[in-house]
Amino acid sequence: MEHYVSLFVRAVFVENMALAFFLGMCTFIAISKKVETAIGLGIAVIVVQTITVPANNLIYAYLLKPGALAWAGLPEVDLSFLGLLSYIGVIAAIVQILEMLLDKYVPALYNALGVFLPLITVNCAIMGGTLFMVERDYNLAESTVYGVGSGLSWALAIALLAGIREKLKYSDVPEGLQGLGITFITIGLMSLGFMSFSGVQL
Amino acid sequence: MAQPGIREVLLNPIFNNNPIGLQILGICSALAVTSNLKTALVMSIALTLVTGFSNLFISMIRSQIPSSIRMIVQMVIIASLVIVVDQVLKAFAYSLSKQLSVFVGLIITNCIVMGRAEAFAMQNPPVLSFFDGIGNGLGYSAMLIALGFIRELFGAGKLMGYEILPVINDGGWYLPNGMLLLPPSAFFLIGLFIWGLRAWKKEQVEKPAFKMAPQVSNKEAY
Repeated sequence: MEHYVSLFVRAVFVENMALAFFLGMCTFIAISKKVETAIGLGIAVIVVQTITVPANNLIYAYLLKPGALAWAGLPEVDLSFLGLLSYIGVIAAIVQILEMLLDKYVPALYNALGVFLPLITVNCAIMGGTLFMVERDYNLAESTVYGVGSGLSWALAIALLAGIREKLKYSDVPEGLQGLGITFITIGLMSLGFMSFSGVQL
Repeated sequence: MAQPGIREVLLNPIFNNNPIGLQILGICSALAVTSNLKTALVMSIALTLVTGFSNLFISMIRSQIPSSIRMIVQMVIIASLVIVVDQVLKAFAYSLSKQLSVFVGLIITNCIVMGRAEAFAMQNPPVLSFFDGIGNGLGYSAMLIALGFIRELFGAGKLMGYEILPVINDGGWYLPNGMLLLPPSAFFLIGLFIWGLRAWKKEQVEKPAFKMAPQVSNKEAY
């Protein structure tokens, strides 16, 4: 149990997707002008991340890993080079299915997330979560915890940034730094703040 | 609309329409690889090639792609190209590919590749699209290499692993700024780069969302 708590805390604070690995930066900057939309997108990322990381873990463990096809009588086959293609396919498919399911059964949530769901397919944080899972060789339970944690870390970061940017638009920023420039510097300062977590060990 | 020439398409993205500085594309995987010049160079080459060729192939089959599934088709082409790059790196530069870790794979979700395929390659002939891809790749590379150069030179006193500024620990005179090797510095540097670029090219400056009203005249104040 302790192992999982420590993994979770590390995924949320120490290895923050957006602020320590720069993942999902495009959407992170584009959709962080308002707190409400930022939180909506954040929740969508948590949901998708929680589903895709374990799903890709299963695919990696039972289809792609060297020797993973032993159950089908093909112990020498190594399909790991197909990894990237299958992960992105799985992510796109899950996002699509999720969109349809939500539309049918939970229209309220669909309306809240609607615009953001398709965007998530090309969000590097989702793909990055899966690739980190493969690189670090997590098992199914670990990858579920990691999925929730990394999704939450991204949501936390974008909500914080949106809060800062909402205040920031009233301030008098030098001309060339207006907009994108000052946003980068803000993110830099936030990332500096998050680095103070880097010594935390559970 | 007049067809743009190859030269414009190739050179425009480097300064006038820089993918990172203006279009906010592809910042994602870029920053993490710039803490030294070598990984930044490899990443730039990989991305430029992938963007160029994905634009070329997508543009070649653009009239055959049904528009409802074009995203998936583009994704498959891009992912296949990235797999090629990944395998080549693993075969010929294993230690480098370990250093780049997941970031080669993340070229797939790099918005530059997808964005150029969608915005340019779907409407333009193959050769022109190819050069547009290469041009955008170069715009991205320019930013990446500049960052990698500054971060490695001042953060570690080295370039490509060779010592340029002898650091104090080895008996030299230069005290390296370790901050530059950490993630936040990349954000600061990009912010400053954008400032520089926009001070030079005034038309790129964004309008502030709220502007302070000009000073009220004395009469009104009393």
